[in-house]
Amino acid sequence: MAKVIFITKTNDAVEVEGDSGSLMELASANGVTGIDGDCGGVCSCATCHIYLTPDDFKKVGTPDEIESDMLELDDNVTQYSRLCCQIEVSDNIDGMTFRVAN
Amino acid sequence: MTSKIIGVSDFPDAFLTKRTASGMGQMDDQNDPVNMILGLKDVRKAAHNCAVFQSGAKPGRIVIPSEVAIRETRQIPFEVDPPEHGGFRELLNPWFKRPLDEGYQARLQAIIDETIDNAFKAESLDVVSQFALPLQSKALTLLLNTSMDKAQTWIDWGTHVFRSEDSDLDSDKANILYDYIDEQIENAIAIPGDDLYSVLLNSEANGKKLSKEEVKGVMILTFAGGRDTVINAITNSIAYFSENISDLKRIDDEPEILNRAVEELIRYFSPLTQMGRVATQDTSVCEHAIKADTRVSLCWASANRDEKVFKDPNNVDFDRKVNPHISFGFSHHNCLGATHARQILRQLVLSLANKVAQIETIKADENIEKLGEFSRKVGFNSLHVSFKSK
Repeated sequence: MAKVIFITKTNDAVEVEGDSGSLMELASANGVTGIDGDCGGVCSCATCHIYLTPDDFKKVGTPDEIESDMLELDDNVTQYSRLCCQIEVSDNIDGMTFRVAN
Repeated sequence: MTSKIIGVSDFPDAFLTKRTASGMGQMDDQNDPVNMILGLKDVRKAAHNCAVFQSGAKPGRIVIPSEVAIRETRQIPFEVDPPEHGGFRELLNPWFKRPLDEGYQARLQAIIDETIDNAFKAESLDVVSQFALPLQSKALTLLLNTSMDKAQTWIDWGTHVFRSEDSDLDSDKANILYDYIDEQIENAIAIPGDDLYSVLLNSEANGKKLSKEEVKGVMILTFAGGRDTVINAITNSIAYFSENISDLKRIDDEPEILNRAVEELIRYFSPLTQMGRVATQDTSVCEHAIKADTRVSLCWASANRDEKVFKDPNNVDFDRKVNPHISFGFSHHNCLGATHARQILRQLVLSLANKVAQIETIKADENIEKLGEFSRKVGFNSLHVSFKSK
């Protein structure tokens, strides 16, 4: 079971927990504002953009080429950006805090 | 025009040779030529670079075929560039996300169930005019939040908003839509309700109340943008399953793959072939010079078969977990109606999987777009099939 916190653009903190699926699905299921996940998680829409802390980014890993290409053309991209549809919910992310980009 | 009953599920890649050779294609369109950008990464970069490749050109010019000759109203937010574009999207996005609401989905399901039940009752039917068009029109009443009886008017217009048998751009037919929208706006002013017309008439974007002309621009986009595209997506999906019924059975057995399946069908069909932009300055794409005030197209259909991005791009693969297709466009101007379109397709495909045992094609008339040097199958003019229930 992983418990994580999303901080929305309006600085609202939403704590959610789950044990499977993608981080985007977990956020969508809990109505996190700014995580739309329009494409359902196939990395086509870039509507699930989050920022990780530098330490968490290192732990979760860098995006692959397709995800990087998507992020490269997002106006709000940083070096710690990820699309959360490409992050699996697991013990590895337990305790992390993610800032929603949009 | 061809008639055949085998191969209806094949949608060949019309752009392969040019995409791999030069990354660019060319076509003329009413003496306003178009340089077609064919590779996925190049299309995405151009779509994102709205300062150089603008949407806010003369109304109708970014559409291919150009609608300059038949339209003066600017479609909103589609033909507006940032930053004004962002103000309109901020206003419109919540309304166009309503398909995610449970109540909306329940009403959509009733429409889909009725459409499928009618298909079972008929010995055979034309999917385009008797299934996809009524379904699209009835579903549009949900998006507009208008009464269901409006749908019959839209069904009576026929499949295409701007196209007649004689012409790809029929101004008389387009005027029917524009006059209709004018009338609906006046009705909403006289008796405000909770439909999209009334909501827009009482809304502000970019710090200003929307004018009647701006409301009309949003409504034209909503009617025109989601008509042929949704009809193509529905019809092509049925054509696909008619020859791949095992894939439909798989969705029934494994409903968890539904979303991937729908995204893959949308990638493969690319219901809208391309969309234009107008260059604001001399520039280049793929080492090809683009002069200021000339048109380029973002060719979604070609990009979605880009072999540099998609493995086996001409195969429909429901196990394609990462699928960065751009059938709904890309960047600022991504499709406003995508949530509605996706919801229709997700619920339709799941319902077909639950209910249909077999789809037999009786005759088909493919809709082949002639795009300069390219010929692309985008859908069907008619597709006669017989549905068998489980």
